[in-house]
Order: sequence, then C-alpha cells, then structure tokens
Amino acid sequence: MKQYRTHLLVCAGTGCVACNSYEIKKTLEAEITKRKLQDEITVIATGCNGFCERGPIVVVQPEGIFYQRLKTEDIPHLVEEHLLKGRPVKKLMYVPPKEELPVPKMMDIGFFRHQLLIVLRNRGRIDPENIEEYIAFDGYQALEKALTKMTPEQIIGVVKESGLRGRGGAGFPTGLKWERCRKAPGDEKYLICNGDEGDPGAFMDRSVLEADPHAVLEGMAIGAKAIGAQKGYIYVRSEYPLALKRIKIAIEQAEEYGLLGKNILGTGFDFSVEVARGAGAFVSGEETSLIAAIEGKIGIPRQRPPYPAQKGLWKKPTNINNVETWANVPQIIFKGAKWYSEIGTKTSKGTKIFSLVGKINNTGLVEVPMGISLKDIIYEIGGGIPKNKKFKAVQTGGPSGGCIPNQHLNLPIDYESLTEVGSMMGSGGMIVMDEDTCMVDVAKYFMNFLRDESCGKCLSCREGTHRMWEILDKITCGQGTMEDLATLEELAMAVKDASMCGLGQTAANPVLSALKYFQGEFVSHIKDKKCPARVCKPLIKYTVIPDRCTGCMACLKVCAYRAIEGKRKEVHKILQEKCTKCGSCLQVCKFEAVLVE
Amino acid sequence: MINFKLNGLEVQVEDGSTILEACKFFGIEIPTLCYMEGLESYGGCRMCLVQISDDKNPKLVTACTYPVEEGLNVRTNTKRVISARKMMVELLLSVSSDSKVIQDLASKLNVTKLRFASRHEDCILCGRCVRMCKDQMQSGAIGFTERGYKKKIETPFNIRSEVCRLCGGCIYVCPVCQTRCQGPDADTDICNACLTLEPTCIEVHDDYQCWLGTTGDCGTCVKKEDKEGKK
Repeated sequence: MKQYRTHLLVCAGTGCVACNSYEIKKTLEAEITKRKLQDEITVIATGCNGFCERGPIVVVQPEGIFYQRLKTEDIPHLVEEHLLKGRPVKKLMYVPPKEELPVPKMMDIGFFRHQLLIVLRNRGRIDPENIEEYIAFDGYQALEKALTKMTPEQIIGVVKESGLRGRGGAGFPTGLKWERCRKAPGDEKYLICNGDEGDPGAFMDRSVLEADPHAVLEGMAIGAKAIGAQKGYIYVRSEYPLALKRIKIAIEQAEEYGLLGKNILGTGFDFSVEVARGAGAFVSGEETSLIAAIEGKIGIPRQRPPYPAQKGLWKKPTNINNVETWANVPQIIFKGAKWYSEIGTKTSKGTKIFSLVGKINNTGLVEVPMGISLKDIIYEIGGGIPKNKKFKAVQTGGPSGGCIPNQHLNLPIDYESLTEVGSMMGSGGMIVMDEDTCMVDVAKYFMNFLRDESCGKCLSCREGTHRMWEILDKITCGQGTMEDLATLEELAMAVKDASMCGLGQTAANPVLSALKYFQGEFVSHIKDKKCPARVCKPLIKYTVIPDRCTGCMACLKVCAYRAIEGKRKEVHKILQEKCTKCGSCLQVCKFEAVLVE
Repeated sequence: MINFKLNGLEVQVEDGSTILEACKFFGIEIPTLCYMEGLESYGGCRMCLVQISDDKNPKLVTACTYPVEEGLNVRTNTKRVISARKMMVELLLSVSSDSKVIQDLASKLNVTKLRFASRHEDCILCGRCVRMCKDQMQSGAIGFTERGYKKKIETPFNIRSEVCRLCGGCIYVCPVCQTRCQGPDADTDICNACLTLEPTCIEVHDDYQCWLGTTGDCGTCVKKEDKEGKK
C-alpha cells in the first residue's frame, strides 16, 4: 500500500454533499496535481463527520486540523498555505460561538471533544466505499472471531451480558430478542435491519449507513450466526439515495471478499443480504409494518403476538433490529461484553447517537455515552442557544416523544429516565427550542405530522390524532375554550391507551408533555387570546412604535401586501386588515421600531 | 386447552381462541363493531378493548385479534377499558352520527355528549366491506387507499372494478348503511333515545312483538325526550 505524508479527509455525508463537497474534493485533487503533490498527499471522501452545520468539512490528517464551510475559491489558498508552506489557514477554521480565536484541531472543538465514538468510530476516517479501509481499522475481525471461535449460544451470551438494548426506540434487550428467535422452531429464519428512519430532524441511521456500512453488515452476519438465519434484509428509505448506494456497494464488496454469501471465511456458514427500498411511510418503521412492506403488502402494523420472532417475514421466525443496534454488535464481540457494559448507566449501556437540531449553535450528529446529562449535550457539545436566547424545551424521541423543559435539564439520559419525564429515547432525535417557540404550535405541528402518517387502521389513532390537531388548531386561532383543554387531555389519554402499535400509543406524547409542562401557555392562548412566544399568527399584531420610527421606508418597500403606509421621514403605519403577519418588516427595521404583541 | 384468568375467574378455552371468542363462550358481553363472524378479525374500531396484564404493566388490546395465552389475566370492564371505549364511541359518532349501530352503542355505553364537530361523513373505515369482498366473495374489488386521516375505501384507481360482481355484500355488512338512526338530535348529533325505551306494542299485546327478540330494534317504540325533558 502506498504511503502518504498527508491525508485530506473530505466529508461526503449527505449534508456536506449538498454543500458541494464533491466539487471541493475535485478542486483539491486538481490543485494538488497542479503543484505535483499527488504522490505525497491523498484526498479521501469519508462518511458524515456529524458537524453538518459547518459543512463542507475537510480534515487534514495526521495533524487533525479541521477546516469548515469551505468554498471552491478557498482551495488554492488552502493548498498553497497549508500543504505546501505548512501554515494552517486560520480564517477557514472553526470559531466557537461567543469566542474570537479559532480552534485548529478537530479534537479540541467542544462538539467533538465530549463525544464517545463506538458506532460512529469510523466516521470521517475511512472511505465508506472501500472495504479495505474498513478492514484496516479492525473490520470483520469480530465476524472472524464469531464464526471460528464462538458458538451461537456464546455470541448471544456476550450480547446479553453487554446490556445492549434496541436503538430503534423501545429499548428491548437485544440478546434476549436474539435468543427468542434462535429458540423459535424452524430452519428458515430471517434477519432485518430497520433503516426506515422517518422522524423529522433525525438522521442517525442514514449517517451510519453512509459512513460505515460494513459495520452494519458485519453486525448482521454475526447476528445471523447467533440466530441461525441464512438471509438478511436491509430496509432503507428511498429518501436516502446515498445510503442506498453505499450499502449496495458494501454488500458487493463484502461478497467479493467472501465475507458475505456462501461459505463465509471458509467456515461453511452461508448468509446473504438484500436491500429492500422503503416507499416513504413513517409507520413502516414499526416492525410488523416493515415486514408487511418487505412482503410487498401495504405497510400496516398487525397485532402482536405472534411476535416476529415466532412468525415474521414470510411467516418465518424473524429478528429485526435497528441500524444502530446492528452497528454496535461487531464492537461488542471484538472488545468483549465487559468493556461495553462499563459504559453507560445501570439499565442502559453503551453509547447513543443523537441528532442535535433546532435552535442550537452546533447542529449535527453526536454519539455520547448513556447517562450524560441533557445539559452537557446542549451546552457543551451543542454550544448553547444562538443569539443569546433562552432555552425553553428539548423534544426527544421524534414526533412521538415529548418536550422536556428546563427543570429536567440535569437528567442523565437513559431509556427509563426519559420515559419518566414523559418523553422517550426514540431513535434519538433531539430538537432544541428557544423562547421564541410556541409549545401549542409545536404540539400542533407534530399532531399534523402524525395524523398524516398514521396508517389509519385504528380508529383511536386515525381519528384521535386528527381531532387533537383540530383542537390545537382551534386554540392557536384563539377560539379554544377551557373545556377543549379538558377534552384534549382526555382524548390524548384514550389515544395512548386504545391504539395498537407504537405509533398510536406514543402519538399523544407531544400533547401530554406540552400540557404537563406548559399548561400556562395553553391557558394564555385560550383566556388572554395571546401567544406568549408570538408565533400563532391569529393572535399577534404588528405595529409601529412611533418614537422609534425614523420614516426610512425600508419596511414599506419590503411589504409584499402593501400593508404599510407612510412618507419619507414620517412615522409609518401598519394597516391591520392588509397585514399577513409575515414578519418581513420586523426583519428589515434597523431601529427596532416594529412591535409584535 | 389454555388456562387463563377472565375477570378474576380461572377458566379454560381451546387452543387458538381469541379473547373475544372466549368471552362469548363464557357469556361475557363485549361491544364490537368491526368484528363479524366469518370475516378475518381486523381490530380497527377499538370497541372490543379489554385489559390484559402480566400483573406489572396492564395494557389495552382488542379482544377480537388477541389470542388467549397461558396465564393471561384478562379484565373486561375496568375503568380504563370503559373510558377508552366511551371515547371511541364519541369519535365514531363524530364521523357518522346517522348510523343506528353507532347510536345504539352510544346508548349502551351511556355516551350522552359529543364534544367534537360532527362531520356526517358516514364511512367509519371499519373495513367490514373490504373483508366481506375478500374473505367471503373471494373478490377484492375494494380496498383501502391513502393513509392517516385521508384514508378511504375505494375500488382501484376509483373506477369500476373488473372483479366486482355487484353482489351488494359490502352494503349488506356495512354498519352505517344497514339502518339509519331516525333519532339524532340536530343540535347534539346524539340520539340516546334507546335509553328511554317505551315499547308501545306491549300495551296492546301480552308480549313484545319485536323480530327475533331484538328489543327496540324497529325503532317505533322509541320516544324522544323533548326540549323540556318531558317524554
């Protein structure tokens, strides 16, 4: 293998690709060739670094210098200065919020420093489309160990001992799940990898598939040996073209190297993997629904029991785990159960990937040990709330999770603690909200999502989410009554109780948690007809503060509906009957003369 | 045979029975709507909810789809069950207040107010017609389309299906099409007249003259309360 003095790792996750990172890579290569450095420096496209907000990202190794928000114009200068003259370019480095000096090294940046990488250990480090790079970082060693030195019972024993729990949301102990499927009668068994990640603002599974597809394949092959399955399916949403492309390449390469397919590593063990493309339904992430979708039926959940471990795909025993769960497995087998179980809390072991989004400085994907507090994630890793705004709540667990307010920020994160405060782990979405977020509006948003994405089978979920949305809509329009609030709560409880699958049973969480922690906000919408966060349009009014208005006409020009009248150097007036409350005048006014109330 | 606990009693049923079948066998009444003998159980209307538990986490499941398991503890009339069923009836009423089947359920479960805006949409998506067409007529001319609150029952591409034999089975089993409730109040969309049943026939004859003993089903004996509360 050729040795290079410097490796340039260009992030090629979906976020950075959207910011033109392939173009950056091409320019880098061109510039390097131009300066005849191609034998000393290599450029590699890696999986997602997680710091998507700062894309496109290039990391220079071995020094670990982190360049962010690059443009193609910057590249000649960067190559000239850093790679030729050895002077890192400060203006392209990351500057933490509220600070002035840039942080040159990747691992000194708060966002990366507090993370613990197990599942995403190869992110931003290897080329996901090259199996040799994965193998170079201990890849497929766990599979070799599992196939040659361990019995299926031993593998299940190690996974059980490690304390690994399902990362898809419910947190069922993985070892126990495998054991049930192993013990189920039948020779023909299936494995499924659930990559149907539909939560708004969540992209953990996508990133794992994009950055390290072989880890998932290796985990599945180990699981297949443990359970006695011959065939596996990876169900990926069609909305993830890059993940689909990379997992397909990975399967091809693994088959070529004899790590998948017939007679793996000469041990006589057969296991093949096929990719199944999702058709874009949130509910298909539910296991029985996903199985129906792979079988070519409508993705609608069915009553359990029988559980998939007894009767799953094509009515055969089936074991289904989330992408992140599968990606944990090789590390557990390779490094042992003891090592893994030392990370995390009493009931939840290992690490969890969260996608940190919303009103936060460092948007992106983070992998942290279980038991870390919400505060650490939001302030240490996330860098706090932008524009000096106040933190209000964090929504965890996607649309069926709940909002966690300020008073629970010190909560150590694990499956149980999140459920206790009325939310859930879910697949790991984390949406941060600041003081400008209206909680009634947020609950309405999620209810709108769920009434759309409910499969519509259970009356409770189909009609319940729709009616909850209706009531919330009424409240945000200022037409709600206190009776509506009581009805909303009663309905939410009934939907939670009466629905069959996980979607319906958790659909009421956004409403219930908002009612629990932010009742006051609901009441002020109803009684005072005011939206405290000034979000709900029917309840707010834009006016001009005469003392501050200089008559600059900036707002007048920007108003598309001609709802502002006034002359130069005279106080302007907003015509309420024409105003659509778009907020453009507020944005352009340099004198803070527009008042929202 | 499977041993399990039904409302506190140790009972035995045949393998493969659902909770609903077991309850029927032991004479425990459970309200149903989308369930129909001869059709595959669907579990969509959530009327037949019962509470099951392994003593730790009691949860509600539909009796029509849940198979009886060894050692299961089933309770059919807990507070949680009743209030969930009542909410389901209220939701059903809000979609289709003209259905006699639904109004009867409302009266039976003592649902006396409707807090949601009535839509008078008629179809409650119980799927009886779909299953009738598929299971009994072996046809599959109609099916569900869309999802969530936009879900509806249609022929493929909303044009006349080639496999439809116009047998009318779908209409025959529809709980909304069958009989119309004559009573619902225009203001409240609730009838509740069955709560104040006063058979007129028994004044004339010595016995109810109802068909097959289905008391009150003809509707003629039902008197409505007027605005002042007089009958």
